[in-house]
This record gives sequence, structure tokens and C-alpha cells, in this order.
Amino acid sequence: MSATTTTTGAIGRATPVQRGGAVQALRDSWVVAKRNLRRMTRIPEIVVFGMLQPVMFVLLFTYVMGGAITIPGAPSNADTYKQYLMAGIFAQTVTFAVAGASAGIAEDMNKGLVDRFRSLPMARSAVLVGRTIADLVQSALTLVVLGVVAFIIGWRIHDGVLKALGGFGLLLLLGYAFSWIGALIGLSVRSPEAATSAGLVWLFPLTFVSNAFVPVSSMPGWLQPVAYWNPFSASVQAARQLFGNLLPPPAPQATVWPMVHAVWVSIGWSLLIMALFSWLSVRKYRSAVG
Amino acid sequence: MAAAIEAEDLVKTFGDVHALDGVSLEVPEGTVLGLLGPNGAGKTTMVRVLTTLLRPDSGRAVVAGVDVLKHPNQVRGLIGLSGQYAAVDEYLTGRENLQMVGELYQMSPRDSRARAVELLEWFNLSDAANRTAKTYSGGMRRRLDLAAALVVRPPVMFLDEPTTGLDPRNRMALWEVIETLVGEGTTLLLTTQYLEEADRLAHDIAVVDHGKVIARGSADELKAEIGGERVEIVVEDPAHLAQAVEALAPYAKGEPAVERHTRGITVPVSGGASVLADVIRELDARTIVIQDIGLRRPTLDDVFLSLTGHATFGDESEGEGDSDEVGEAGDAAATVGAAVEGKDS
Repeated sequence: MSATTTTTGAIGRATPVQRGGAVQALRDSWVVAKRNLRRMTRIPEIVVFGMLQPVMFVLLFTYVMGGAITIPGAPSNADTYKQYLMAGIFAQTVTFAVAGASAGIAEDMNKGLVDRFRSLPMARSAVLVGRTIADLVQSALTLVVLGVVAFIIGWRIHDGVLKALGGFGLLLLLGYAFSWIGALIGLSVRSPEAATSAGLVWLFPLTFVSNAFVPVSSMPGWLQPVAYWNPFSASVQAARQLFGNLLPPPAPQATVWPMVHAVWVSIGWSLLIMALFSWLSVRKYRSAVG
Repeated sequence: MAAAIEAEDLVKTFGDVHALDGVSLEVPEGTVLGLLGPNGAGKTTMVRVLTTLLRPDSGRAVVAGVDVLKHPNQVRGLIGLSGQYAAVDEYLTGRENLQMVGELYQMSPRDSRARAVELLEWFNLSDAANRTAKTYSGGMRRRLDLAAALVVRPPVMFLDEPTTGLDPRNRMALWEVIETLVGEGTTLLLTTQYLEEADRLAHDIAVVDHGKVIARGSADELKAEIGGERVEIVVEDPAHLAQAVEALAPYAKGEPAVERHTRGITVPVSGGASVLADVIRELDARTIVIQDIGLRRPTLDDVFLSLTGHATFGDESEGEGDSDEVGEAGDAAATVGAAVEGKDS
């Protein structure tokens, strides 16, 4: 080590600029987000496989399951199901950001990086905001790819581009809210491996007990209210409305309140989940033990 | 001299474990305090409390003049922390790592970049600046981690077992860097399991065990406290051990330590080289054949042993600890002759 070149010196007093409040929080979050996005470019496998998985789902559901799933009352052809399905797959895809956030944060805890961040004079929320923002960017990229694949195999929007963008926006909002659940899981488990499975295990029932893949009316009566009030269902329904992908008549439409007001219910659920889990996560982060 | 680190009666309990059981300490500005103790003694907990990572159950701490519990964020701007796990992002390059830390210390992106270049050069990492840290060797990562702790030229630094797991060459190199920092006025709190490390780097040593400071002083003071030199002998025939202990008894200033498997006896004495001559005559008179004999100053190992009744290394780190102690014993034996000669002249 060239300890002789001390003309610049390792030591000398340089007091960092004191900032504070929202401006610092935003700036710090951006620094951490940049770091996480950079990581993604260094490990492209994660991004690529993250995209391949939903593409597989689209193809399998459309071509393998699609023929067998008939929607009561709807004209029975594979195209009907394809149009119906996409919003569900898109929504399921964005919720997988949970696994990214939980595994990423668990790894940072494990490697001692969270300790380093917590010893720095940075906003307490920035590590988590930076992580969830990076996951949001990844979700958005994945949705673009998925949208193109869906378009190629025949999925169409019917109510104009603006509304469709609104639909994607709601899905990303849901994904962002869910990534905060992932953040809390990542801070709570002991290893990145545990974080990945803990991040995914509850997502399957949550996304399947919903209107994403089959109409709720085909489920047993006791399960239907659960599915209708599932926050996930509201976002799927809202996206379907905005894409113009609701089942064509004479298929029965869901008349339950959260389905009729799906756009607002979806926004409400997402904001509620985000508020609750960001508060819990930041609280946990403050006392995190790596 | 003003204290750069001040802790008063810190207590931290995890369940039934008293990680800190009323620890007070003071580190004067520009000096190095070595926290020495086995695994689980409470060293890391101490560092975590002082660096704002952990809230103590009770007590008070002031770092660089700022109350750690009341103004943690202000403290964070004045300290550098480097831990026993090199906390760098392995998918970022060396330069990106340092730049990120700079920006999170609230430096401008431009200053962060300039500082990163400067530190990479200083730590001899310029050639690897644009490689991801994943490609770095253990020693390089540790250097990068230490560089990250130096980004804002903090007046107070905490190094938690900075050389654990490093090979001797890298350990020496890191010691040199640390010595340079201290030479330039940084106050340093250093935790270590290596007695040799505390001996070399620390002005002052606090020996910690079970969450308590059980002794405090310079290395020399601690050694003096437990008596003068040690006579070490190795007998050829283990059957002679008991007899040898008997022969040494008149010169012993404390309990002799007998190690059956090495056929060695260590006993504290006073009186220097003349004692050694007497001991040799005594053993000779009893026709006890010795393989090796020497006089040495007490090491911090002896300090630890006599203070706590157990060696520095707990069960958890036995493998590593043992091999190290063997190394040290070997060194000690090699220097015995020189030490004795020095005393004679």
C-alpha cells in the first residue's frame, strides 16, 4: 500500500454538507436506486429470467390451459380467454417484485451492507426506497416485454392508448406497494434464500384466489367474497376495464362493489398497503440487526 | 486532552445475554484504544452502540463531542466504520462503491468522484478501480472497505476486527495503513482477538470479557500488572514434569502452567537472567533433561489468561485460534535467545 503518497492525505477535516428532510431523502434514495439498477446490469441473468418467467406463463396459459378453461356464459373460443387472461398475468408479474425486494434486501443485510448504510448520515428510508424504485423500473421493463409478446400472440386493447397506459400504471402501483411487503420480509428473515421463498410462498394463493385466471363466479360460494375483496383482484379488474378486456356479453359481469369501482378500490388498496408496509419497513430498518 | 469517544455505563441485553454489562470507556483524541476479548465478549456490540447501529438499554455515549443517542445522524457524519465482513457491493466497481459512499455522506457527486480516485490510489487499488469488487481478493476487498470508511476523512474511526481472516502479508499492510491514519491524528477504536495486533497498534487496551471491561491500560502496564518475565522449559521426558515443577517452585512468583502434550512448563519469575541460570543448575542437579529453556516477557495471552482464567479464544474460534497460538509460541521461542542476550549486556 503506497502509504507514502500522503500529499493528498487520507486524513484532514472535511465536514460533509448537512442536509435534511425530503430533499435529502430523495437524493439518497436516488443514489441507492442507481446502485441497484447498476447491479441489475451486472447480473443481467436476473432481469432476463425475471422476464422469461411471465412470458412462459402467457404462453402456457394461452396454449396449454386456455383450451380447457371455458368461461361460463362467454363465447367459447380461445381468443376470449386470451383477452381475459392478460391483465391477470401482468398483475401477477408485477407482484413478483416482492421476491426481488425481499431477496435483495436480505442479501444486503447478510453482506453487512445494511450496517454500512445505517452508519452513514443518510435518510433512514433511502435504502428501502432505492431498492423498491429499482424493482419498479425492472417491473416496468418486464411489462413492456410482456405487452409486446401478448400483442404478438393476439392480445388487444380496445379503449385507447391513454386508458391502457392508465391500466399499466395501476398495475405498477400495485407492484410498487407489494415490493414494500418484500422489503419488510427481506429485513425480517435470516438469509437471502429464505427471503426468496418467504417472498413467493404467499403470492401464489393470493394471485390464484382472485379473478386473475378464472372468473370468481366459478369458485365455491364461501371463497368468492375473499376473491372479490382481494386487493389483487381489484387491480386486475381495473386493468381489464381500462384495457377494454372485460368479458363480452352475454357473460355475467361481477356486480360486487369492489369490482364495479375497481379503479378506485385498486388505488386505495395500493396506497394503503404502501403506507402500512413502508412505515413498518422503515421502522424495522432503523433497528435492523445484520 | 479531550476525549473523542466517551462511553458511560453502557448496558445492552439480548434475552439473558448481557452483551454489555455496564461498560465505560474513554478514548482521548488522536489515540488508539484496542478492545481485546474473545468472541462473544461484547466487542462488536460496543462498536455497534457507538456507531449508532444499536441502541443500548441504558447508558450514555458521546463521539466527537456529539451525543450518540440524541443526535445519531450528526455522529454518522463524523465517523468511519469498517467491519469484520468487508461491506462493499461486489457487483459495483471499486470506484462506484467509494463514490456511492461519498454521495451518501452527502458529498457532491463531483467531490465523491475525486475522493474515490484519491482513495483508490492511496490504497493501491487504482488498477482495479473499474473492476467489480467480486473480482477482488480478500485483502483488496478489505482495503476497499477501509477506504469506504475514510471517504469523509472522519475524525473518529471504528474498526471491528479489521484483519480477521487476512493472511500475514495483508495484515501487515493494513497495520501500516492504520498507523498512518493514526499518525495523521485520527482517533481509533479497534476491536481484535489478536493480542499481537492490540500490542502493536493500540496506545491503550481495554480487555473485555462477558460484557465487562476487566482490565485497562497500555500493553506494558497490563503486562507489568501480572508480573515480570516467564521462564519456559520443555522437558524431554513427560515423567519428569512433576519433578521439574518442584524444582522451579522456589523461583516461581505465581502458579506454574503445565502443558502435558508439549511437555512444557511456564512459570512467572522475577530476577531476569540470573534466575534462568539458577533454574538450569537446579534442573541439572535433579538430572532432569531439558529440551528447551528460555526467558520471555509476558505476552497479552498471559495477561488474558491470568485475568479471566481462560485463554483468549473461546470455543467458537478454536480452530483458527489454536493455529495462531502455535505460530506465536514458535515466534516466542525463536526470540528467547535474543531477549536473554539483550538482558545480559
